[in-house]
Amino acid sequence: MAQISREEVQHLAHLARLELTEEETAHYADQLSAIVEAVARVSDVAAQDIPPTSHPIPITNVYREDVAKPGLDRAELAAAAPSWEDDRFKVPRILGED
Amino acid sequence: MAPVMDGDLARQDAATMAAAMQGGEVTSVEVTQACLDRIDAVDGQVHAFLHVDRDAALETARGIDELRSTGAALGPLAGVPLALKDVLTMNGVPTTCGSRILEGWRPPYDSTVVERLRDAGVVILGKTNMDEFAMGSSTEHSAYGPTRNPWDLERIPGGSGGGSAAALAAFEAPLAIGTDTGGSIRQPAAVTGTVGVKPTYGGVSRYGLVALASSLDQAGPCARTVMDAALLHAVIAGHDPRDSTSIDAPVPDVVAAAKNADVRGMRIGLVRELGGEGYQEGVRQRFDEAVAILGDLGADVVEVSCPNFEYALAAYYLILPSEASSNLARFDGMRYGMRVGDDGQASVEEVMSQTREAGFGSEVKRRIMLGTYALSSGYYDAYYGQAQKVRTLITRDFAAAFDQADVLISPTAPTTAFRIGEKVDDPLAMYLNDIATIPVNLAGNCAMSIPIGLAPEDGLPVGLQIMAPALADDRLYRVGAALEQALVDKWGHELIEEVPAL
Repeated sequence: MAQISREEVQHLAHLARLELTEEETAHYADQLSAIVEAVARVSDVAAQDIPPTSHPIPITNVYREDVAKPGLDRAELAAAAPSWEDDRFKVPRILGED
Repeated sequence: MAPVMDGDLARQDAATMAAAMQGGEVTSVEVTQACLDRIDAVDGQVHAFLHVDRDAALETARGIDELRSTGAALGPLAGVPLALKDVLTMNGVPTTCGSRILEGWRPPYDSTVVERLRDAGVVILGKTNMDEFAMGSSTEHSAYGPTRNPWDLERIPGGSGGGSAAALAAFEAPLAIGTDTGGSIRQPAAVTGTVGVKPTYGGVSRYGLVALASSLDQAGPCARTVMDAALLHAVIAGHDPRDSTSIDAPVPDVVAAAKNADVRGMRIGLVRELGGEGYQEGVRQRFDEAVAILGDLGADVVEVSCPNFEYALAAYYLILPSEASSNLARFDGMRYGMRVGDDGQASVEEVMSQTREAGFGSEVKRRIMLGTYALSSGYYDAYYGQAQKVRTLITRDFAAAFDQADVLISPTAPTTAFRIGEKVDDPLAMYLNDIATIPVNLAGNCAMSIPIGLAPEDGLPVGLQIMAPALADDRLYRVGAALEQALVDKWGHELIEEVPAL
């Protein structure tokens, strides 16, 4: 049985930018293990040489006329932003202290 | 047509409302007000709506009435009210997707679906409740509390589009928009005794539909009758250059198909793998009766086998979380929505992690981590890669089945509506609700759920699913309308008339 440890859950949470509590980590370790075990059966049938499907209705090279169109309204974007300064999105610092 | 009485206005179907407006018997303002009054009266119990756009709806209705008075040519649904699932953007109107992370967000643009509804003169009443980011089968995973099933307020209305389905069953709106990634239109339709259609993938534009799993998501019509669903389908479908997966082909004439309602000589395939064990007794009973009716109507009922369908659920719960974990990365607290922990000291990474921890609910976190796991190096080939192969096998099963039958049928859901709270922290039990609906999303073809009666053991609605090949959406309406007519003739009324008074 695929067993996902608490450490793995913490690692996944970090990759997915989720700051889980201890309680959540334990709960998800059990649930994710059970789910992964259930879905692992895809390997039972698909081991053969079968082409993968990533999209149900394959369409390639979709073009449109290269015509400039108005974008979104800047004032409306600012109104919806969590933080906005000098006509830009204001974000927390992006570099660590060390 | 009998005159439509004001007291019963909200109970009429969309086609009847439209005819009454065209005949000058009622105005759109009166119809819209009737729906708003009904929402005021019952939505405290049902909780189908997250936001009621009262003033704008009445203003739209007034505009339609004025246009009509000038003799302007209006579309068949002009002036008819509609409930919009809260996963589609509407300029200036709150769009939460059932999540705290988008609480209070007002998008600066219309989705294509909304744009087409506006162009058709449809009156949008407000936004309906849903499982957070459309992840769920019960609407219990909404951050704003569950929606209740009008047939029994202690039970779930299905999900993720439980709000849209409940709004129909509670007579709060005659039309609704849903989205269907693994059954989120069809399963709520089944458990609320309403009609829901997942069009062919690419049939309805996804522009402005907040993405769950981009290769599976599809918006579609929800209604109380097959004809109403057809009229709405015709309004929202068709090619959109803003969605590169949108199909550049004519929309099948679904309204003509609903009028045609003739299954004589059609080959209808019973999918052996979708039924039997695991399906509730009353669901099987009503389904078998409906099959007999289709035979009586002149259809040629055959049995078909789709052996790989038993792997569909497993493939879906790898593909969906994988796509979702990627799509939901956009909710980072930087450009819109919630931001938590920005104290001037915390780094952007810490703020993102705290925001997503606070803003997402349990099922969303579960699926994001599952998707992150399935896509991580070392596991990718064993999980996501294999699931994509299963997807090919399921598409091949459909192709073989459609060689033998024009449409396929099955129960829509294995059970009737279950009790609120029963499966909320049991993800594997919850996922089983979509066992019959998921194959269609994986293959990208189209399907409909229509009500076929109440299960004798609990008195709750049962749905029948009709599946057709890609771009043959009209066949759904032809079969659905024929079966609906036969059932209404048998019962002497529509099933929805039996919903208990609220």
